[in-house]
Parts: sequence; structure tokens; C-alpha cells
Amino acid sequence: MTNAVDQTENISTRYPNANSLIVEPFDRTLFQHNLTLTRGETTTLQINVGLLCNLSCKHCHLEAGPLRDQLMDAKTVDQVVDYATRNSFETIDITGGAPELNPRMENLIRKLAPLTSELMVRTNLIALEGAAWGKYISLCKGNRVIIIVSLPSLNEAQTDAQRGEGAFRRIIAALKKLNALGYGIEGTGLALNLASNPVGAFMNASQIQAEKRFHEILLKKWGINFTKLYNFNNVPLGRFRRWLQSKGELDNYLIKLAGLFNPCSISSIMCRTSVSINWQGYLFDCDFNIASEQYLSGSKIHVSQMDGLPACGLPVAVGEHCYACTAGAGFTCGGTITD
Amino acid sequence: METYYRPKDLNKFGEIGKDAPELARKFFEYYEAVFAEGALTEREKALIAVAVAHAVQCPYCIDAYTQACLEKGSNLAEMTEAVHVAAAIRGGASLVHGVQMRNVTQKLSL
Repeated sequence: MTNAVDQTENISTRYPNANSLIVEPFDRTLFQHNLTLTRGETTTLQINVGLLCNLSCKHCHLEAGPLRDQLMDAKTVDQVVDYATRNSFETIDITGGAPELNPRMENLIRKLAPLTSELMVRTNLIALEGAAWGKYISLCKGNRVIIIVSLPSLNEAQTDAQRGEGAFRRIIAALKKLNALGYGIEGTGLALNLASNPVGAFMNASQIQAEKRFHEILLKKWGINFTKLYNFNNVPLGRFRRWLQSKGELDNYLIKLAGLFNPCSISSIMCRTSVSINWQGYLFDCDFNIASEQYLSGSKIHVSQMDGLPACGLPVAVGEHCYACTAGAGFTCGGTITD
Repeated sequence: METYYRPKDLNKFGEIGKDAPELARKFFEYYEAVFAEGALTEREKALIAVAVAHAVQCPYCIDAYTQACLEKGSNLAEMTEAVHVAAAIRGGASLVHGVQMRNVTQKLSL
């Protein structure tokens, strides 16, 4: 299978943290709307176990890929588990890269599952094959892990354009296998959620309408069931930002995002209630701030040094990329703003 | 004027209301209602719009509704088929008038 991006890509500008100046700085927009973005009660722990991935998706803000060897080591995994044990999280969300490529995942899943009512694992579904895939999914099933699969489009060409040639057919085949194991089937208690990002420099579809259509088409064409769909805008960081630049579309994209700023999105935005840990064990307000290297409360705090939850009222570190989470319906845990 | 069509002018559409605000208000209110979810989904309406945009050959509408189609989850195959619908209707509309040509010819011919 071919990856969507050339593996020899220049990664020297991996974390382009500079603002473009084409749109109002995000903190200024907040000020103009008489808003502040501060942390609320932390209910979600997000763990990024590394940047190694079998794919090099064009929209990836972390520029994960087969050449990225940054993986959370065993000591840090233990420190993260200790932190999760010392605190109470409604949801624990494991992401990457492709998390299943980290050999410490089995240990992590087994130890975290008893600590939360919702353990979620992101997967592209095609990082592992054969027996290794079966073993991993059995581990997830045995621990009632919620599986979140990236599926940007119902169209093969669009999905392959983002994720690499051949990805779509392999994802569809894997989704059928997950259904056969009970995942995504009503009544089994095994949730199979899909995550969809636009396949280009445009905004995401309405969550409700897209979910309805994904249900209809996946069932009609391939007999596939799933639980929920999350719709997210692409964040102008990392590989996606460089793709926008190469297309001459960065300014247009930022202007579009900023123009869709929705003040109502701030109260329920994901970063207010989650804390993200990168592969080295450092804390951030969200996974996007890992990409922009903006640490929680502006200081480099390691999970082993953190006793409790981040304090309520702490300012969230913001940047131009935050417009992706406040455009239109916004970027929340559920994907859609609720009243 | 270096060109009749400039992409930035699309964003000035609202300025059409400056000298006839009441008419513009009524038009844009109606326009918004037309594209809201109803018996047809917003995605279906955007596909119709992109087809009509090609039929009336409006570059502003093609730009706007191509983006709208993508944002509402349509793909290139669906959008291309929609444009073919426009092409078929436009072509068919020309061709079906051939019946009138034939009627006139038959009436006038020996």
C-alpha cells in the first residue's frame, strides 16, 4: 500500500507554531467577544502513545508516519497509569500515531480499563494484520474498549487521497470483521465510532446529517453498522498546514475558519475538560497543542510531577489553530455543540 | 476593468442590498429558507445547486456550490454526475426543439 505522503518529506518544519497574521490572533478574537478560554473540571484523559503510524495521512497535525520512532516507553506508561489511578476520569482516550504499533498498548489497556467507565482507542484499523489484528481486537473486546475508526469519506478515491492508496477497501473489510465480532452492533455494548475529517481545504459536514448518511450508505453498500460518527475540521498544523501552503490555500482556509468563529462553541470546547499527555509524558490542554508545542499552563510539566487534575480557571494555551475548533458547530467531545 | 469576473466579488454579494435593502432582505431570507433542510437534505440541495450553476454558467455559483457540496459530504463522482444532469437537460432542451424544426419543415415541404 502506498502512503498518502512521500516518506522523504522534509520534517524540519514539523511544528509550525508561527501565526500567519492573515487572521486576528485567537486570543484577541476571544477578547473582542468578551470571552475567556479557561479550564473547567477535567473529565477526560487523552494519552498520545506515539507518532509511529503505518500511514502518513495528509491532514495529520502531528505528522505521524512510518518513519516516526517516537513511542511512549514502559516507564512513562507506568507513570501515566499511576496518574490515572490517583485521579478519576470519566473518559480515557488513547491516540497516536497508530496506538496499536506501540508494544506497551496491551499493558496500558489492561491497567486503564478498570479505572474508567469509557476507555476509547483510536485506530486506523489497518496498522495490524492477520493474527496480530485479531489479538489486538480481542484485547479491546475483552476490556470493553470503545473503538474509534478514522473514515473520512464514503468515497474510495477521497479516502485514499487522504490516507493512502488501498486504505478504503482495507478499512471497509476490517469494519465488517468488527461487526462480526459484535462491535457496532446494538445490544452488544461494544461501541464502534467513526471519526471523519474533510478530505481537503473545506469545512466539515453537519454532524447529524453526515451521521445519518454514513449509516445509510455503509449499511446499504457494505452491510456495515456503527455506533456514532464524530465530524471534525482539519486543524491547520503540521502536515495539513504544509499541504495548505503548497496549494496556496493556507490564507483562504484560515480566513474561512476565523470567519466561522462561533462564540457559543467556547463553553463546551473539548480542551476545557480534557488533559492530553504526549509520548514523553508531558501535559497539554489538547492534542493540537502537542503539535504546536504549547504546554499546559505554559510550563513543561511531566505527568510524574502532577498529583491532581489541572486547576479549574487555568487559561488554555491558544493559537491560530484554535479557530478549527470554534468554526461553526465547533469541536467538542461529541463533535457538536449542545445548548 | 481587467475582467468581468473576480473571485473576491462573491463576498460582496451582500452589497446588492445597499440601494434596495428591503428587496435584498426578502431575497436573502427566501434564499436561506430554500437551502435549509426540508423534504430534501442540504446535501441534495447543494448538488442540485451545483448542477443549476453549470446550466446557468455562473462562475460565482460554481465556486460556492462546489465548496458547499464538498462540505456537505458529496464526492467528485456525485458532483460530476450532477453536472452531467445539467448537460443532459441543456443538450436535451436544444435537441427536443428539433421537433419544432421538423414540424415547420414538414408543414412547408412537399
